[in-house]
Amino acid sequence: MKRFDIQLDNDNQLRHFLTIEGLKKQMLLDILDNAENFSSVSSRQIKKVPLLRGKTIANLFFEASTRTRTTFELAAKRLSADVVNININTSATKKGESLLDMLHNLEAMQVDMFVVRHHSSGAAHFIAQHVAPHISVINAGDGSHAHPTQAMLDMFTIRRHKQDFTKLSVAIVGDIMHSRVARSQIHALNTLGVPEIRVIGPQTIIPNEAAHLGVHVYHDMQQGLQNVDVVIMLRLQRERMEGALLPSENEYFHMFGLTEEKLKLAKPDAIVMHPGPINRGVEIESSVADGPQSVILEQVTHGISIRMAVMSMALGRPSLTEGGQS
Amino acid sequence: MRIKISNGLVIDPANNIEAKYDIYISEGRIAAIGNQPDGFTVDETIDATGCNVIPGIVDLRARLREPGPANKATIESETRAAAASGITTLCIPPDTTPVIDTTSVVELIHQRANEAGHAKIVTHAALTAGLKGEQLSEMAILKMQGNCVGVSNALKPVSNNLVMRRAMEYAASCGLTIFLHSEDEGLAGNGCAHEGAISTRLGLAGIPETAETNAIARDLLLVEQTGVRAHFCHISSARAVQMIARAQYDGLPVTADVTAHHLHLTEMDIGFFDSNCHVRPPLRTQRDREALIDALGTGNLNAICSDHEPHDADAKLAPFAETEAGISSLETLLPLALRLSDELSVSDVIDRLTHQPAKILGIDAGSLSVGEKADICIYNPETSWIMKTDNMLSAGRNTPFAGWEFNGKVTHTLLNGKVVFST
Repeated sequence: MKRFDIQLDNDNQLRHFLTIEGLKKQMLLDILDNAENFSSVSSRQIKKVPLLRGKTIANLFFEASTRTRTTFELAAKRLSADVVNININTSATKKGESLLDMLHNLEAMQVDMFVVRHHSSGAAHFIAQHVAPHISVINAGDGSHAHPTQAMLDMFTIRRHKQDFTKLSVAIVGDIMHSRVARSQIHALNTLGVPEIRVIGPQTIIPNEAAHLGVHVYHDMQQGLQNVDVVIMLRLQRERMEGALLPSENEYFHMFGLTEEKLKLAKPDAIVMHPGPINRGVEIESSVADGPQSVILEQVTHGISIRMAVMSMALGRPSLTEGGQS
Repeated sequence: MRIKISNGLVIDPANNIEAKYDIYISEGRIAAIGNQPDGFTVDETIDATGCNVIPGIVDLRARLREPGPANKATIESETRAAAASGITTLCIPPDTTPVIDTTSVVELIHQRANEAGHAKIVTHAALTAGLKGEQLSEMAILKMQGNCVGVSNALKPVSNNLVMRRAMEYAASCGLTIFLHSEDEGLAGNGCAHEGAISTRLGLAGIPETAETNAIARDLLLVEQTGVRAHFCHISSARAVQMIARAQYDGLPVTADVTAHHLHLTEMDIGFFDSNCHVRPPLRTQRDREALIDALGTGNLNAICSDHEPHDADAKLAPFAETEAGISSLETLLPLALRLSDELSVSDVIDRLTHQPAKILGIDAGSLSVGEKADICIYNPETSWIMKTDNMLSAGRNTPFAGWEFNGKVTHTLLNGKVVFST
């Protein structure tokens, strides 16, 4: 029996991009390969291809974000789409308009794609279930659930440096409990065949059932970092100090902050990643964030290529060659 | 009107009856079972051939939203749905708007129920004024003048242990049963799903099992100390079942119920954020579900209830955590209970829907004894049908059971000897 997956159309092509969970390895590799092609566009003098000319993309951000929104906007513009940014904090839902009413209004304006960031887990699925059939939904982060484009740009970055996923050991350090980035990374790493995925942090911010996600849990950073190829640091939200999750930033840095000394426990050629924005001196030491093993700024650059790949695939124009370069 | 219900299989667990009998009804009461009494002339015969004749179902907990948000449901709409589902008595918790902490609210509810005339309503009184968990309600007056059949703080916590102790002591002296929603406010936090594999995968804030067990532990200790008769509402976990069973074994005056949906659904049914599976307490694991069914068989869980929560469509049209909890479940109560036929005898299932809940509430209902009010449900156990939201009578269409195939459909419901529903 064919399992219904809302993300795929009848030909098993990407229609929405909501979560990594359930997508096949080949789909993830296609995204990475397409992004590889698009990465050359960004280094040209004229950074534009006409693949999505005439298409309209609405960035619906229910939660503040500068970096993610900007890279989505740049990606859309480099594909020649028209972009509208809708910042919902200052918009209609504050006036009591329901989420669905607002979506239907935007649909009536012939929008082709919604890029959605929302504070509630499942928001992107909810929207995808209720939009008109011709509209694609890209999840730009929903609550603690998923942030699939971030995970894919991280995979892109890892592949650039490490080639073979099936020989890697990857550590993710920090607040797994509340992290949509970590959940999507874990699904992606598992799908791509990474044999050893570790999560590191105190028990208060690692879910009890983390093992169900297919990871090994470490509460001791020294042990967890032993011989890993990739260290992914997560951003620690300030509000986690409330609610008795952690005692202080100072103690957190002492126990789980990435320092040059701790990094020595990883393989000598290990790379250091962070989805940003970084809290220097909280989860990572400046000399590591800016050091030779850090690929944090590369991640940002790759974010544009990945988002170009996903947007063009979801709107049915997957590659540069098919779309033509007039 | 003198009615004869002929040829049905009478299942009346209160009287240990499960056999083919005719039932004779006059003046709203059951006149005889078996042979026609002398001088009894039949005005109307209901042919129950092939059907089961059971006491009208007593639903321990259903919210009818009146008084309260009329866009969700009304006493008229929900009692009509109840009648069509074989339910003749509904007990409503005190979290109406306004709260049932004055007799005028109770009077309003009974007046509306009488006007509608589809089902009987009994109410619980608020345990604390305004359900705020601070001050005792006028529970003696609510019992005497408002006929409240128990006290409860509905879904609101009584976090202060001293207030809970005093409330139990006072309820005990009034001879009132306390109905408890045991949930630790802090541990439950802003959770919306069982803390487990599914909530971890979906990134939903979890409600751990300890939110339930920790609160039950406290409540059981206070029950032991105060001697109040206590009923634990909607038990959801295997561990909680163990604690309740242990307390019963030790002789504490404790009963408990389970909802029909917790007997059939688990956290897995949330799938990708199905808001119709957003309920409180949350759907837990398969292991928990099996323990709940077992405990229903052994009698440690005494009753099945609907925990009916009708909602308007908008209440469920949002990302999971932002939706309102609850299922519109009057119309699936009997069908879901009957689906337990592999685990429980039909007679036991009917017992948990009729006699046991009536006993817990301390009301005259839930049996077919001669002389009792003739509240009767007749259903055909062979009729198979598919649940469709379009066919629902409740104003709330929020159900995760749409598309489920059921066996067993109500053909007649009698209230005080009067047919209030027939197909």
